[in-house]
Amino acid sequence: MSERVVENLNRALHDVMRADDRVFFIGEDVLDPYGGAFKVAHGLSSAFPDRVLTTPISELGIAGVANGLALAGQRPIVEFMFGDFIFLAFDQIVNFAAKSVSMYGEPTAHPLLVRCPVGGHRGYGATHSQSVQKHFIGVPNLALFEISPLHDNRKLLPKLTARDEPAILFESKTLYAQTQFNDGDIDELFRYDFLDEARMTARAFIEADPQALVVTTGGMFNACLAAGRQLFFEHEIETQIVVPFQLYPFYPAPLAALLSTCSTIYVVEESTAGGTWGAEVAAVIAREFPSLRTQIRLIHSADSIIPSARHLESATLVQPQDIVARIAADSLS
Amino acid sequence: MATSPDTLPPLRAVSLETLESLLLIRHFEELLLDHFQAGKLSGTTHTCLGQECIPVTVMPLLRDDDFIFSNHRGHGHYLARFDDPAGLLAEIMGRDGGVCRGVGGSQHIKRGRYISTGIQGESLPVAVGAALQLKREKRGGIAVPFIGDGTWGQGAVYEALNMAALWRVPMVVVVENNHIAQTTHCTQNMAGTIEDRVRAFGVDYLRGTGHDIASLREKITPIFDRARFENAPAVIEFETERLGSHSKGDDTRTPESVATLRAKSWHAHFSAAFPKQFAVAEARVAERIAAVATDVENRSLATWSPRHE
Repeated sequence: MSERVVENLNRALHDVMRADDRVFFIGEDVLDPYGGAFKVAHGLSSAFPDRVLTTPISELGIAGVANGLALAGQRPIVEFMFGDFIFLAFDQIVNFAAKSVSMYGEPTAHPLLVRCPVGGHRGYGATHSQSVQKHFIGVPNLALFEISPLHDNRKLLPKLTARDEPAILFESKTLYAQTQFNDGDIDELFRYDFLDEARMTARAFIEADPQALVVTTGGMFNACLAAGRQLFFEHEIETQIVVPFQLYPFYPAPLAALLSTCSTIYVVEESTAGGTWGAEVAAVIAREFPSLRTQIRLIHSADSIIPSARHLESATLVQPQDIVARIAADSLS
Repeated sequence: MATSPDTLPPLRAVSLETLESLLLIRHFEELLLDHFQAGKLSGTTHTCLGQECIPVTVMPLLRDDDFIFSNHRGHGHYLARFDDPAGLLAEIMGRDGGVCRGVGGSQHIKRGRYISTGIQGESLPVAVGAALQLKREKRGGIAVPFIGDGTWGQGAVYEALNMAALWRVPMVVVVENNHIAQTTHCTQNMAGTIEDRVRAFGVDYLRGTGHDIASLREKITPIFDRARFENAPAVIEFETERLGSHSKGDDTRTPESVATLRAKSWHAHFSAAFPKQFAVAEARVAERIAAVATDVENRSLATWSPRHE
């Protein structure tokens, strides 16, 4: 059974729309036969014609319509074609959706799920390649999630659409075409398991004696895995890679047992420098485990816009060799 | 039909209840301004002095299952909808029994399907979404956002009108055109007219002028019925006058120009046309508001705590 990530996500969407007729799917170009720019919506409009809305190019308006449906007791999912476009909807997400949960004095249900393809490595340039996660960190009542090839969306998406508060699901565009892992197998070297019962926090590992702990987002898992292989074969350094499905609020409890097993924790993300998710992870770990002596290092992309030309883009975004170089250098020092 | 002073058109009589509804808003907001002067209120507030006719005209036409979207200048909307000055005053003063426990304050109120927020134009696409669901439910519910003339500077308004017309949703936008946005006159921020912009989307448009509440209700009722029963979105633009400053004391207009507006406002109009009835209503409302003020001032401070996780 070799299911691609896009198929897994698509089936998950069919599942949640079939299970609950309050779930709407709203976005640009989402009708069949096109099914959205990345085909994640394939088949939805044929199966649920009255709950799939194709919209004008109006990101702010689309988010507003979804907020209105949420107010009226529905559970809308919004697709933004590219994550970069989410900034057009910032007001509706932050000022309306997130604040609605608590600004009226009593907790108010506001179920809204925004889906956002993010990330580079596709040569789309500065306005179609950004990792926008960091701009939504620290918004009260707004939770952030990210898909990975390890997490089964058919298990996790129903949890998101059942939430009574707004959330954003980030999806690295580079993952859609790749095979979804299952049964704990990754390759001849790495296996994976989950650190929690909800199967939200995944861990890829070689054996039980890692020298480096990597914490990363789903979109960077492949780069971390490639780095892990190189570190093992060329430097004899064993890594384990933890991938939380929920980025924010970041809950470090599932990692508790791992934190002191290595001398250094590396938090890897594709985001450009400054105000990063990694900085939040480091701050939470430092706060929750004050006696921990493990160092935390952040690995992220350059402080730069993302250029279009492949060689320029590669020089900007985190590459496996950047991760290898950092971890190998630290192990020598 | 009563005769009116000099330049004002004739005015049909209204019930004592309607007059009291108008005056309740006026006395409530005058109390707020007094409280600010006396240091009893913090934060800010936007009064609708002069605009009271619009919510009083519209609210009785709305049903309990309609969604109402108010804005930063929303006291009149709330009071005309719920006749609850104590709940709103307690909210604004952060006292026990406030509609939203003191968290929302003057401009963030939710009570059932009545919602206000402080961002211009934000409510329009939200109203389209709510109206979409109301349309699906086929029970005749409508969404009614209230916005000002200044709100027409926001792109969200046009995105919403486009989708409302495209999807034919039961939404009636009520525009309170007071011709001024904070301190900027509409001649300095609006090209063309609201009517032309609305008609460009193929959305129904109606203009309401003056203070003849009974006639205005007759005129706009078919618009609401068409929205309810034929899913025809519409915009109703009311011409009005803002007599107070934008918030507490930021009026850059000359006293003379405000006096001119005051002389033709509903208050002058009704008090001249129906002096006896007006005096009765005024006395009753003044007494009611004084009692509310005392009640709320003696309440303890509102309690609320943010979620800690």
